[in-house]
Amino acid sequence: MTANINLSAAPLVMQARNIVKRYGQVTALDGVDFELRAGEILAVIGDNGAGKSSLIKVLSGAVTPDSGEMLLDGKPVHFRSPIDARRAGIETVYQDLAVAPAMSIAENLFLGRETLRPGILGKVFRLIDKPSMLKEAVRHMNELKIGIRSMTQAVETLSGGQRQGVAVARSAAFAQHVVIMDEPTAALGVKEGNMVLELIRRVRDKGLPVILISHNMPHVFEVADRIHIQRLGKRAAVVNPKKISMSDTVAIMTGAKPVDEIPGDCLA
Amino acid sequence: MTMLSTGGQARVVPWGALGPWLALLATCIFFATQSDRFLTGENLSLVLQQVMVVGVLAIGQTLIILTAGIDLSCGMVMSLAGIVMTKFAVDYGFDPYVAIACGLGMATLFGLINGLLITKVKLPSFIVTLGTLNIAFAITQIYSESQTVRDLPAEMTALGNTFSIGSTEVGYGTIVMIVLYVLAWYMLRDSSPGRHVYAVGNNPEAARLTGISVDRVLLGVYALAGLFYGIAALLSVARTGVGDPQAGQTENLDAITAVVLGGTSLFGGRGILLGSLVGAVIVGVFRNGLTLMGVASVYQTLITGVLVILAVAADQMSRKGAR
Repeated sequence: MTANINLSAAPLVMQARNIVKRYGQVTALDGVDFELRAGEILAVIGDNGAGKSSLIKVLSGAVTPDSGEMLLDGKPVHFRSPIDARRAGIETVYQDLAVAPAMSIAENLFLGRETLRPGILGKVFRLIDKPSMLKEAVRHMNELKIGIRSMTQAVETLSGGQRQGVAVARSAAFAQHVVIMDEPTAALGVKEGNMVLELIRRVRDKGLPVILISHNMPHVFEVADRIHIQRLGKRAAVVNPKKISMSDTVAIMTGAKPVDEIPGDCLA
Repeated sequence: MTMLSTGGQARVVPWGALGPWLALLATCIFFATQSDRFLTGENLSLVLQQVMVVGVLAIGQTLIILTAGIDLSCGMVMSLAGIVMTKFAVDYGFDPYVAIACGLGMATLFGLINGLLITKVKLPSFIVTLGTLNIAFAITQIYSESQTVRDLPAEMTALGNTFSIGSTEVGYGTIVMIVLYVLAWYMLRDSSPGRHVYAVGNNPEAARLTGISVDRVLLGVYALAGLFYGIAALLSVARTGVGDPQAGQTENLDAITAVVLGGTSLFGGRGILLGSLVGAVIVGVFRNGLTLMGVASVYQTLITGVLVILAVAADQMSRKGAR
């Protein structure tokens, strides 16, 4: 399933320039650049220690970089916490299924952003508007074609893939700009992993660009429009999974093959 | 498209909601067969009056256990609040309402200190409240010189009065307890701070990631629990008519027992507040029934200890079953 747009012409939604992050003597990010275009699934891959998770933490606001510049829709932004990033319209799906298992699907979708009842019942007594939350929950879950019938069902009654579906739907429902997915298929079996890949495509097709962090090369090659390869704290290359082979990609990632030996049309 | 709907449609059987009622029913049937006086209106109204102190303590305790914490200090904080409000009124001649407010404030302050130690110093609730249990007990004894405070103003004991419906005496304090239960139950169920209490107990990391301030929820819960202990102190003072430095010693464990019997999980995030009321009534019925059977108080304590372990074991096993 290829996005039918010319990606190189699509506007940049998110941009990071020359980001540096040091932890004591260790330089996790050594002037990394990053670009996310509208309407794409951008996979971020890298060996352990390449700065992949540091980069994601910077993008999602969990870590503040030592230097460098971040732009969202061309405007500079500074995130001091994940909450700042979320206010700016960037939602993150975490690999360890950040849901409250005993609570219902609808409650999990709206956790921390409950719809309050109109008037003083909502403003003063903080009473939640359950019917409206249920209705909205059904709408969001249908939009991503997640076939769960009852939104009042506890999340713990769901399978791992369905739970991840709830987490993805929550992000897609509230993200204005970007959805970041950190190893969304890592905890899942083959079949459920494929379901989540399908979900990731639907989120993109809904118009939200997705940053996908994954160790799973087949998954990356199946859904990504472009692949950002992180190596030694820098961006080694951005490649086109339709042109490049999986083994060349891994070779760039591990340093076994220099980027200038890769044919130009494989780069994106 | 139903591609994500494979499996996982099974509903969890709501034992947590039904179990306490069955336990209460079984307990009542047992004592009805053991004593003719048990099922009289007079005796049942006595049970309800005895329950109000443990019942209100159990509201605060439930809030804390829902966040996966525990408060071992509840009975001692209540005791201290009772001594503060009675001594302020009797010894210093404070206006009774001001004295009551001081008692409530003292209990709330203790709750807040528990909360601050747990959230800011990151100590486990078990250890913190074990410490404040002893601190509150000691302050109570030092301040009262272990003397009972007598000759309380009438305003302070008003909630100990009763009115009759037919031949049954109903205490005003019992009404206060029921109103507090309904209010707190509704807010836990239908308000966003209430739902955040459940979320924090269920998965604090998930709660934090969705932008809920876990520390603020915990601080609020511990301070509010303290306030409930203060109200329990007022009810205890009203019922006994004195400020008793020995109050709260059986109620401390009874309140925890009530919450666990009521089906709230010690692992946090699961439970219904009204269950704690049923649990408190079970504890009250046990103590009352055993008294009617002529069982000495120390054996009642022994049986309460066994009860709490049984209830926790049942909770543990039902959790395993749910996985």
